[in-house]
Amino acid sequence: METQSIRSKRSVRPRSERVIEGLIKAGGMSSILFIAGILLFILKESSGYIFGSFNFVEFFTSGEWNPASVEKIEYGTLALLAGTLSVTMLSMVFAVPIGLACAFYISEFCPPQLRETYKILIEFLAAIPSVVWGFIAVVIVNPLLINSFGVATGLNILNAALILSLMSLPLIVSIGEDALRAVPESYREAAEGLGATKWEIATRVLLPAAKNGLMAAALLGVGRALGETMAVLMATGHSIRFPSSVFDPVRTLTATIAAELGESPKGGEHYQVLFALGLYLFILSFAINILADWLVRGRGKKV
Amino acid sequence: MYAPNQQLINKNIREERFKSILSFLTVIIFFPALMIILWLLIKGGPALSWEFIFSSPTKGMTAGGIFPAIVGTLWLVGLCVIISCPLGVLAAIYLSEYAKDNHTTRIIRLCILNLAGVPSIVHALFGLGAFVLFLRMGTSILAASCTLAVMNLPVIITSTLESLQAVPRSFREASWSVGASKLQTIRHIVLPNSIPGILTGMVFAVSRAAGETAAILFTGVAFYLPFLPMNVFDQCMSLSMHLFTISTQVVGVPDSYSYATALVLISMVLVVNTLSVAMRWYFRSRRKW
Repeated sequence: METQSIRSKRSVRPRSERVIEGLIKAGGMSSILFIAGILLFILKESSGYIFGSFNFVEFFTSGEWNPASVEKIEYGTLALLAGTLSVTMLSMVFAVPIGLACAFYISEFCPPQLRETYKILIEFLAAIPSVVWGFIAVVIVNPLLINSFGVATGLNILNAALILSLMSLPLIVSIGEDALRAVPESYREAAEGLGATKWEIATRVLLPAAKNGLMAAALLGVGRALGETMAVLMATGHSIRFPSSVFDPVRTLTATIAAELGESPKGGEHYQVLFALGLYLFILSFAINILADWLVRGRGKKV
Repeated sequence: MYAPNQQLINKNIREERFKSILSFLTVIIFFPALMIILWLLIKGGPALSWEFIFSSPTKGMTAGGIFPAIVGTLWLVGLCVIISCPLGVLAAIYLSEYAKDNHTTRIIRLCILNLAGVPSIVHALFGLGAFVLFLRMGTSILAASCTLAVMNLPVIITSTLESLQAVPRSFREASWSVGASKLQTIRHIVLPNSIPGILTGMVFAVSRAAGETAAILFTGVAFYLPFLPMNVFDQCMSLSMHLFTISTQVVGVPDSYSYATALVLISMVLVVNTLSVAMRWYFRSRRKW
């Protein structure tokens, strides 16, 4: 009798409890909903162009972006992609080596007390808003570049890359550090037992062992740089072209959306093309994130 | 006597050199940010005054203060937290307490990861399509806050999840063994013990939301408004947007004005961030396990 009453209590839970558990489940699913929503609504707004006058060849292979031209309206995104890639790649040239070196230092060489301090500093660095970085690009880096290199404008690839590398460093450092910490302590002990110095442990044991995680860190840095909008909008100098040197001003995919969406009439073709650009960016960042996740998880299985 | 051979000495020298290079590179990361903050203080500090903070911009945004922008930012951030926190905490409870190790969970985690990685301008497009147009919120504080909330969701989920999982499993087992249901355990044992961590995450999310510009660009923020927002369906100004406007769109803004604006924005963000760090330290030192 007693046991039966307990069992029935378990199966007939109060309604409030079931409602709350339902809410929790719904909350859990919300991120799927939002990702699907992002895809859906961007597709919806750009559908008129994508399923209408979408010119595959022009969109992906032409460098001519003339959305407001009177004679010939063109929507080629290659120059914008070149702008995005040049800025991103140059920023990674600065950020990846420094970021990984910093991750090595904080994870392996730093005294524990100092490690906490550095981690907090990195958090602060990550917290500086992108528009403040953009402001710095305009008022500090811009004149600095003009004065030290004698170029016509300091708003160019180099400027944006410098700013972007500072912005993506915190992410690279913290993910890289996680990857290094994930290497089992026994690896280090074994190497130390064989008489390896810290340098040897770092380059011959940790580097191979944490390779995937470190690659993921770099990749997430790329994703961060690729998607950055405000700072790049302010720092790149707004000129659509294929860059030939690091002192050329360019324009990126993100900056184009930010700069032109406000001026394009709602529902018009230009407006739809800008949403198509958004879709393009979404797919790029999605691919990068999935790849990074796969790298991290692949390593998790092996060790 | 034992004499260290040359090879060993070289090794040690290399070791030291390696270490100093790494520590130098680490310091280098923070150097620019430090200089920037100092520079902002030097250039913007003198222009700061109560009048600057509590008055409206005048003369086509080249003089006056930034009060409407500060108020707008407070509206946006406040509403964003109200929307995203319950949702984020629910999601984290699901992942920590209910989710089984299966395909759905994996997809949820991947979605959270992607939500964090989506460029902010894409979030802005989503906000425009979904909240402003589809849900007919118009360009309003509500639409902008919803967009910010979606953007900040991964931050809140991750930090909440971390603090939920920091509660030892034995706490839960003890609660179950005296007959508490799963939900009762969550309510009376897991949540009270992880509230500090959840709060810390929320504060961190606030600092993120306060500085965001791109996501609110087309969803509810105006370049200039002569009045303060009265309810969530009004548009508003925002500090971050205001800084963008005066440093790129408006001609003839005196340096001190834009520096001071940047200084106010960055201090707001850093103060909130410091609060989050301090809270984490305080709660960690008081943790019972």
